[in-house]
Amino acid sequence: MALAPVELWPASASAYAREIDRLIWSYTGLILFLAVPIIACLVVFAIRYRRGSDADRSNPPVHGLRLELAWTGLPFLATLVFYFWAADLYSRQWVPPKDTLDIAIVAEQWMFKAEHPGGQREIDELHVPAGRPVRLVMTSQDVIHSFYLPALRLKQDVLPGRYTTLWFEADTPGTYALRCAEYCGSEHSAMGGRFVVLSPKDYAAWLATFSVDRTLAQEGEALFRRLGCSGCHGARSVARAPSLAGISGKPQPLADGSIVIADEQYVRDSILQPKRQVVAGFAPIMPSFEGQIGEEDLVRLVAYVKSLADASAEAAPPGAAVEPPR
Amino acid sequence: MSIASADLAFAPAGEQQPSYLSAGHSLRSWLLSTDHKRVAVLYLVSVTGFFFLGAIAAALIRLELITPAGDLVSDDTYDKLFTLHGVIMVWFFLIPSIPATFGNFLIPLMIGATDLAFPRLNLLSWYIYVLGGLFTAYVLLAGGVDTGWTFYTPFSSLFSNTHVVAAACGIVVVGFSSILTGLNFIVTIHTLRAPGMTWFRLPIFCWSHYATSVILVLATPVLAMTLLLVVAERVLGLGIFDPNKGGDPLLFQHLFWFYSHPAVYIMILPGMGVVTELVTAFAKKRVFSYAWVAFASIAIAFIGFLVWAHHMFVAGMSLYAGLVFSFMSFAVAVPSAIKVYNWTATLYKGRVSLDAPLLYALGFIGLFVIGGLTGLFLASLAVDVHVHDTYFVVAHFHFIMVGATVHAYFGALHFWWPKMIGRLYPEGWAKAAALLAFFGFLVTFFPQFILGYAGMPRRYHAYPPEFQVLHMISSGGAGVLGLAYLLPFLYLLWSLRWGAPAGDNPWGAAGLEWRTTSPPPRWNFAARPVVTWEAYPYQDMPKPEAARGD
Amino acid sequence: MATEALPPLAEPFADRRQQRTADELGIWLYMATEIMMFGALFLGLALYRVTWPAATAEASRHLLKWIGAANTAVLLTSSLTMALAVLAARADRQGRCVLLLLATAALGLAFLGIKAYEYHDEYTQGLMPFAGPGFPLQERGTELFFDLYYLGTGLHALHLAVGIVLVGGLALRLLVDRALLPDRAVTVAVIGIFWHLIDIVWIFLFPVLYLVAR
Ligand code: HEA
Ligand code: HEA
Ligand code: HEC
Ligand code: CUA
Ligand SMILES: [Cu+2]
Repeated sequence: MALAPVELWPASASAYAREIDRLIWSYTGLILFLAVPIIACLVVFAIRYRRGSDADRSNPPVHGLRLELAWTGLPFLATLVFYFWAADLYSRQWVPPKDTLDIAIVAEQWMFKAEHPGGQREIDELHVPAGRPVRLVMTSQDVIHSFYLPALRLKQDVLPGRYTTLWFEADTPGTYALRCAEYCGSEHSAMGGRFVVLSPKDYAAWLATFSVDRTLAQEGEALFRRLGCSGCHGARSVARAPSLAGISGKPQPLADGSIVIADEQYVRDSILQPKRQVVAGFAPIMPSFEGQIGEEDLVRLVAYVKSLADASAEAAPPGAAVEPPR
Repeated sequence: MSIASADLAFAPAGEQQPSYLSAGHSLRSWLLSTDHKRVAVLYLVSVTGFFFLGAIAAALIRLELITPAGDLVSDDTYDKLFTLHGVIMVWFFLIPSIPATFGNFLIPLMIGATDLAFPRLNLLSWYIYVLGGLFTAYVLLAGGVDTGWTFYTPFSSLFSNTHVVAAACGIVVVGFSSILTGLNFIVTIHTLRAPGMTWFRLPIFCWSHYATSVILVLATPVLAMTLLLVVAERVLGLGIFDPNKGGDPLLFQHLFWFYSHPAVYIMILPGMGVVTELVTAFAKKRVFSYAWVAFASIAIAFIGFLVWAHHMFVAGMSLYAGLVFSFMSFAVAVPSAIKVYNWTATLYKGRVSLDAPLLYALGFIGLFVIGGLTGLFLASLAVDVHVHDTYFVVAHFHFIMVGATVHAYFGALHFWWPKMIGRLYPEGWAKAAALLAFFGFLVTFFPQFILGYAGMPRRYHAYPPEFQVLHMISSGGAGVLGLAYLLPFLYLLWSLRWGAPAGDNPWGAAGLEWRTTSPPPRWNFAARPVVTWEAYPYQDMPKPEAARGD
Repeated sequence: MATEALPPLAEPFADRRQQRTADELGIWLYMATEIMMFGALFLGLALYRVTWPAATAEASRHLLKWIGAANTAVLLTSSLTMALAVLAARADRQGRCVLLLLATAALGLAFLGIKAYEYHDEYTQGLMPFAGPGFPLQERGTELFFDLYYLGTGLHALHLAVGIVLVGGLALRLLVDRALLPDRAVTVAVIGIFWHLIDIVWIFLFPVLYLVAR
């Protein structure tokens, strides 16, 4: 039986991953610096002061305040460096840059489905362009899964009933692992597949191999009509409902006086539980679509509402979308 | 102040009192005894049984993982194996291991009392433990449970079609047994200390059991309620954690870890108490900075309640929560550090005898340092994002739970065995077993750190071939480890009959438990002890060389 | 048994005072356990009240406020009689103590009776998501509120039932064995503490469940 070569270190496909590696190596250095003296002292003391040895045992110390403060305080401060380093990386991972390529991930037992903005769909694989920030908007149809990309040193749990997001910028084209990291039942270990980073050119070529007739947003638009949303939200509707053009990503004033950012989660909630966050100035007449729209259709509707933001920006006079220099 | 050796003994002078072991030999005399020492032996037997059950599951897991393909058992069986392994090892072995056996046996002896405050309650907790065990046995026979020991919803509440309800009920039941034991310890330590046994004369073992008991009493009920909610969801169709009904699966995780993080300190604090006793007894020196070591236990118990969400850094929590819980996890390392440094300093200028219990204790310290410091890796936000739910975590907790606590358990077993049964174990075999356990352990679990960082997720029945070599090493180590656990089992049984008589104080140790006969009489001491010395008065004791005649 | 003749000390305790401290500390620790257990439920209630404010208010409106208020009064009175029973026990007034204990148990039973009526009423309206006719409330989150309502009040009722058995049993024992007081006054006190806990849990449950919506 031939053994596959050992993998002692995971491949890295982003600057972030390499920084995590740097962090780990320095951290390991510190840990050795803390652990080795303790273990060495244990061994040396145990041998030197073994019963019957004639080592000097005069005035054995029994306590020492200075010593206690030193050997707790100094290692603690040293490890705090890594607290800040790791916390800083984590916080940066929290705020995606502008203009990300948004890909929707819908997980279910036991597969990950990805929907690209152009309408391309893949299962258990994720193709992304190198050098461009990608943002995954993820949800699950059943239990909790976790989207794990070891080559990027990133993972994020995928929950039913809500969106979680993960962004990254891969820079090294290649094929890497995609795994499910949260235990999700029988085929948990088989859930996952390939994570493929392509050069922008190859990515474009890859996208073109699909014969899709509609983008995600266009599919959403069709749904928007079919489900009757346009009856209220359309331009010529009789019911008094807010226009959805341009809301995406903008602050929305609510009837209870609070203000929320209209992100994917908000749009999703507005469709499923319209009464929970009512837009200021409107009556709560929108019916709940709970149980009538699957996760994948929701993704399309959300993409459509998001596309309305871009559309309104395009419709505005050229230049107006760009902030004037201050 | 110097103590004459006669003052040290509260052993019966002249005529010998019958030992607790000879107070009846019928099964009934054991099953109905409220003697804390007999209850401790009942626990010892049942806990050992569960340890072997959990170990068999571990052996099957390791055998399965020798090859990348899932070829030994089916995926569902594998899931049941690690769930059962985790559930049994955590709730039926490790949590009761040291407290319910050695705590039970020793706390009254150490504080100079005749029994625990509520002896009948003590026996009752054992029966409750057995009842919980019966639930688990039922689960085993009926076909198992596959949720992982963490019972995450909505998998456990809506999707799993195994025996979740019975398993959860078993854990709730055994939880009540822990609660009652903890309650008993707290009351005993508060009210039954012998005259002169002030708080600062208590052995550190009692301090750490006190801290453990506080966690048992305050955290376990939260677990009980959480699991009952899961049961209600499965049986009645309630929706507390059901996202389809507006419930929040993360609420489950918060509640579960609010218990389970403090619970990991339930698993380590008693071990820390044991190691303190071993280190002082075998260095023949007072523990370095008694007060710091004592208060460190309390600090661990207290801060331990404030770090639970470090298990949820990628679960979808807010950034702010992540920053706070990460920081608190760094803070909880400080009292652990105090303990480690003070143990090391206790050896300095001591009179060290490298007997088997000390070998186990030294193994504990070394492996705990590695396990604890890798806990700090996990507590660091960006690092945890990568290694969460990988073998890195598996290695971290086995280093502490197996490398540290199980070693402490074996150390305690060897150290107090002469006191419990009145006979010595074979020292040579014991040293060999201790060394074997240490090295077997390292071979089993060190490769798992590398596996985890390389991206091998946990709870994987089959895995990519590039991880095979490391998994094979790990399985090989597990074989050695299994042998190292089997050995003591055999020679301790052997010593029951053929071991040399131990004498009252074979180690020349200072605790009150060594100042009565081995095994102790039914009411522990011939005369009520009056304590006039500080803890660990080794500097005032007769030279240890004289005390042990080997 | 052979040891029986020899024990220098027969009990773990050296004297009564020590035993009383131990009993009282024991029951307080047990109370801490109970509070943590109910605490998990209250956390759930608090979380869902924040997540689903409108639904929680809507669901709460379907509870019968006057019944909740009446039960609060009944339970508070029972706490009073219990406290008086403890005083009577300390003062070695056995007859008075028995009467007060019986009154306490009777009030507890009254509470359970009223509660049973309330449950029945909710059952017929379909307000039990897990039993009876279809759940009438549409809004998301209302069901969660009722789930927690039944868990909280059900667990409370269970405790109360245990309390009634304890208090009633104690009264009977005092009737049979007249020599128990004042030595066992501590038993009355311990059961009293348990009874007050049941009362306190209700004092928190009542506003959190019944008084959400004005
Ligand atoms: C007995 C059990 C035990 C103990 C004592 C600990 C102790 C610690 N644990 Fe561990 N842990 C577990 C059992 C335990 N753990 C288990 C079972 C899991 C997984 C659960 C699951 O998901 O199934 C887990 C998981 C776990 C995680 C989550 C990982 C993940 O799932 O992503 C984290 C993250 O912060 C963590 C951190 C810590 C820390 C900081 C400590 C600290 O208390 C350690 C403190 C000790 C030291 C630091 C070493 C000694 C000190 C020195 C050598 C001095 C120098 C150092 C300083 C002063 C800083 N643990
Ligand atoms: C208290 C705790 C405790 C103890 C003592 C142990 C002991 C051991 N554990 Fe356990 N373990 C846990 C607590 C514990 N574990 C928990 C909480 C989990 C998480 C569960 C979950 O994910 O839900 C876990 C999970 C876990 C996994 C991860 C499974 C997975 O995620 O897929 C593995 C894998 O190696 C493992 C291995 C071992 C081994 C080798 C031992 C050894 O120490 C045991 C040694 C004994 C033997 C090996 C058996 C006897 C030997 C023989 C019969 C000889 C033949 C054997 C071979 C040749 C291999 N454990
Ligand atoms: C009966 C009329 C009606 C229908 C049908 C309807 N809506 Fe609405 N919708 C409203 C009203 C009124 C509001 C504002 C009050 C509120 O927030 O509940 C609203 C609010 C929203 C918002 C939040 C807008 C903002 O400015 O923040 C979104 C997003 C939305 N609807 C999407 C949809 C989608 C998608 C559909 C179809 C699946 C749909 N709506 C169907 C009436 C309707
Ligand atoms: Cu999906 Cu594990
Ligand atoms: Cu933890």
